Amino acid sequence: MGQTLKRIAPQLVTLTLVVALVTVIFPNFLAVSFDGTRFVGPAVDVLKRSAPVALLGVGMTLVIATRGIDLSVGTIMAISGAVAAWAITSGMGLPASVALAIGAGLMAGLWNGCLVAIVGIQPIVATLILMTSGRGIAQLITEGRILTFSDANLAFIGSGSLLGVPFPTVLWIATAVIVALLMRRTALGMLIEATGINRAASALAGVNATVLLIAVYMASGFCASLAGIVATADIRGADANNAGLWLELDAILAVVIGGNSLLGGRFSIAGTMIGALIIQTINTGIMLSGFPSEYNLVIKAVLVLVILVLQSPNLAADWLFVKSLVKARRAKVRSETP
Amino acid sequence: MSLNPRLYPLLATIGIFLVGYLISYLQFPAMLSTRVVGNLLTDNAYLGIVAVGMTIVILSGGIDLSVGSVIAFSGVFIAVMLRETSLHPLAVFALLLIITTAFGAAMGWLIHFLAMPAFIVTLAGMFLARGVAYMMTIDSVAISHPFYSMLTSAYWLMPGKGRLTLIGVLMLISVLIGAIIAHRTRFGASVFAIGGGEQTARLMGVNVGRTTVLIYAFSGLMAGLSGIVFSIYTGSGYPLATVGTELTAIAAVVIGGTILTGGAGYVIGTLFGVLTMGLIQTYIVFDGTLSSWWTKIVIGLLLLVFILLQKGLLRLTAFGEAGS
Repeated sequence: MGQTLKRIAPQLVTLTLVVALVTVIFPNFLAVSFDGTRFVGPAVDVLKRSAPVALLGVGMTLVIATRGIDLSVGTIMAISGAVAAWAITSGMGLPASVALAIGAGLMAGLWNGCLVAIVGIQPIVATLILMTSGRGIAQLITEGRILTFSDANLAFIGSGSLLGVPFPTVLWIATAVIVALLMRRTALGMLIEATGINRAASALAGVNATVLLIAVYMASGFCASLAGIVATADIRGADANNAGLWLELDAILAVVIGGNSLLGGRFSIAGTMIGALIIQTINTGIMLSGFPSEYNLVIKAVLVLVILVLQSPNLAADWLFVKSLVKARRAKVRSETP
Repeated sequence: MSLNPRLYPLLATIGIFLVGYLISYLQFPAMLSTRVVGNLLTDNAYLGIVAVGMTIVILSGGIDLSVGSVIAFSGVFIAVMLRETSLHPLAVFALLLIITTAFGAAMGWLIHFLAMPAFIVTLAGMFLARGVAYMMTIDSVAISHPFYSMLTSAYWLMPGKGRLTLIGVLMLISVLIGAIIAHRTRFGASVFAIGGGEQTARLMGVNVGRTTVLIYAFSGLMAGLSGIVFSIYTGSGYPLATVGTELTAIAAVVIGGTILTGGAGYVIGTLFGVLTMGLIQTYIVFDGTLSSWWTKIVIGLLLLVFILLQKGLLRLTAFGEAGS
């Protein structure tokens, strides 16, 4: 626990700074009230709206830990959303619809995983294939329309609340905790890291890297399908063109801001979750602070660049170098003064 | 083997394009008219130009996600500058190309000197360029300058009444220049060396930092040029334009036979990658019954076919080298 805290300390500091910055501009940011059925307030809104990116981030963290990347998660969201909306409008119940949507996500992950692990295609290209063609598949399911539905049970997943907490929030926190426990209480996390560091070496050491890689991409597909269901349930409709559009980039950003290296080999799901919260706090903060919405992207880009530069490996090395110089100088001064 | 195995992906690309064209021709004889050829070049001019820059970046083992946003920024910049100032379009073009080249160079500098992955740096660049475009305007701004109407209507009438437009020619020239830079200059050799392995390139005496900055500056320049062409093509600047063009360009480069890990490929292949994708679109237009989303599925499948082909060829050549 102490080690985890130390690991994600920079991300926690960044989140605190971003929250403080937003609170200075918009003093009511942290105000939370209870309106009889649920908690409301900007901070609760951040927790709710970060659900899609956080869910994608869980899967993306694992994929990136194996030195891969999954560009198709936004598209998988669209496919799963379309499947869920199609199933519920054609009269299947909630469990069947959700199961079908998750099944679609798992199939998509299986496809990606096979291309990467068995065929041996570079992850970025392998998932690019599904990214470009998947939206076409989603449009085939919705027949090019925005498929709307009015089923209250499915809508609950997107906009309901459990004990006053928005359901999407419960869902992403539960997913993150379960996956993190699964990774760290068993050897799975270590095996994934080993595959990320050197696939050939870990295979020689007895890790079944092929199956592990496929499982990781399937986990990513699973998380993406959950995010897709949440997004579809939230607007009560499946939009094959825009559901999850460019969210893969936000998810990758959440992973990187969370302190995970794109080169794999180490991962922290807690870090990614904080990364997702940072991104959503920036988004909501810009909206609340009353800047014209045209400025959103520029402010986001600048903040992201600053965070990345601060986390840059070269800068850290330079800092250590300067520190060692100062130390040596101090030691020298001390030795010279009797 | 008498033929260089490295040429196989290129030949496969050209072959698939020709076979595709033949199939389309057998079904719709009108496909062979110079009008269709002229439109194929005109409609894909901006994509072809930006894909040339992307080819150089990918040859070096990098990636540039910012180009789609840079094209949108360029269109908006030109439209707003022409509306607000009395500058001549050519002066605006020069200014724009300087800005986008500097933007690319800055990203290259960050990538090399902060040792950050190109993927993330250019992702931030993508947000930044589109954000700046939003800040200038959120509306579609029409361009109504006499010089622009001249550019739009500048074409050479080919036999058969096909129009070879200025922007189509510009794309062909860009491909030619890109090919010369990649395959015939010292800079090009450095790009291939870095794509083959950065450590090795450094040991060979390649100035990795300078080359990286130049690679992304070149990509920025091509994105700016592509933005100019796109603004001539559409006659307006719109901050929401060309979303996702970067991925289309990457797909065109891969279909064109360049290997995404870098170090092998041909700029001319990219031209055929772009034309193949244009051909699919034209076919769907000719057919009339297929929905537009089939384009996406077919392009995805084509990507898969080409990657599998490359995989097979790589294995083949690897065995060949081991055997000899």
